[in-house]
Amino acid sequence: MLPELRDKVAIVGVGTTPFGQLYRNADPGRTATDLAIDAFRAALADAGLRKDEVDGLITSRVPHYGRTAVRLGLNNLRFVNQLEGGGRSSGVAVQWAMLLIASGMAETVALLYGNDGRSAAMKYGGEDVGEEAQYDNVYGITSPGAAVGLAWRRYQHLYGAPDGALAPVAVNNRRNGALNPDAVLRKPITREDYLNSPFITEPLRLLDYCLINDGGVALILTSAERARSLAKPPVYITATAQATDLHQEYAGHDFFYSACSEVARRVYTAAGLGPADIDVAEIYDNFTPVVLWSLEGFGFAPRGESWRWAADGRIELGGELPVNTSGGHTAESYMQGWALHAEAVRQLRGESGERQVKDARIAQYICAAPIITSHILRTD
Amino acid sequence: MYDKPLPVIDRSNQAYWEGCRAGKILLPRCEDCGRTWFPPSGNCPGCLSRRVAWTPASGRGRVWSWNVFHRAYFPGFASEVPYLTALIELAEGPLMASTIVGAAPEDLRCDLPVEVTFDQVTDEITLPKFRIAR
Repeated sequence: MLPELRDKVAIVGVGTTPFGQLYRNADPGRTATDLAIDAFRAALADAGLRKDEVDGLITSRVPHYGRTAVRLGLNNLRFVNQLEGGGRSSGVAVQWAMLLIASGMAETVALLYGNDGRSAAMKYGGEDVGEEAQYDNVYGITSPGAAVGLAWRRYQHLYGAPDGALAPVAVNNRRNGALNPDAVLRKPITREDYLNSPFITEPLRLLDYCLINDGGVALILTSAERARSLAKPPVYITATAQATDLHQEYAGHDFFYSACSEVARRVYTAAGLGPADIDVAEIYDNFTPVVLWSLEGFGFAPRGESWRWAADGRIELGGELPVNTSGGHTAESYMQGWALHAEAVRQLRGESGERQVKDARIAQYICAAPIITSHILRTD
Repeated sequence: MYDKPLPVIDRSNQAYWEGCRAGKILLPRCEDCGRTWFPPSGNCPGCLSRRVAWTPASGRGRVWSWNVFHRAYFPGFASEVPYLTALIELAEGPLMASTIVGAAPEDLRCDLPVEVTFDQVTDEITLPKFRIAR
């Protein structure tokens, strides 16, 4: 990233739907687009912007950007596009928005995500045999959780991580979820609860898995200059970077380590900061092993040691690196990284209530997946 | 009636599935640069040549990792839950998704040597599976 882009674009509005309430009231009549629009309305109100001040739109997971734009009455945009509905897309969407605004292609960009996965009974596995998946599916291998589980077993073999090494991550999310009024699961769990939870694709248990839900998230970004005249304190994108780790197997050969290290090097260099400067981290957690791999790849924990490092309370609220303060994908809701972005913004604004990290000024979003993204966000 | 997922045979993988039916793992090999890869595709991921030949693999490999499915994502596997699946690192290098037969999960560890065995599941399709090497 060019150094002159540092802090030039800000997130000025975030909107989320009430995830717990949606979970308790599944409704097949509710669409992903409905949820994205609810979130957008909330984000506009949050930013103090009128709808017609938005001139760029990127959608994800909703069926079509065009239908969404028509429903929003945003018929004459300066930029529009749709990203694939996978969890890796949320960080990419923020990167596109930053580039669009920094380049002058658009002034104020809305990023909209809507997911009706719970009402639509999404299973994330067992779908039709596709060209790439057929070599797996014939053996009954399917689902991202199975792929992460295979890699986690290999990691355990290489680094001696015992059964239960993931418990601190699962327990931390649920402890934080208990402090989040919008989280789906608000009851804390113990290590014993974790160890007693059933296997889904062994070695991963139910409590290692993200929580499929309905929901929407919207983020609105604009230039730093314009941001200063809006309703909320700007949250600047200090730096962002991406690398890919695209293989036939989801978790590659090295648990995303090399690609995460590359993103870490670039994002920290661009920000002029390092892991020790991060006040709060929101880490993509479709499955708990990915949090540990992220901690290693981004230099918080030594390689092969994250499971020990995270077991000492470091990732808890009050610890040296509070992680997934809203409860993340296993307690708040599986919003594919989108709600983690919203939480990072709220933490930096001091809006996170009981789960607020004291004096949080610098936050980092990390997603370790076949597309690795990370941003460092800052407030004044 | 076999009710588990079956592959879609096309130009890029026909030789692979014919090989399996004949009791051989044939890997795509680039006629220009010699690279071998898996799964099959219509071009070499190294030099992008579309001149793909087929070379028999040794049938030997090691367990890269394995897991046990406790959920039936595919109806055809429902009666086998919990069932074992594995990623095998072939001696030639590529990773291959498969399963291990004649072994219980507690017999397994990563890097255990395995060898191929073939399971004809339909008239057209034979699946390479693995067993612990003798």
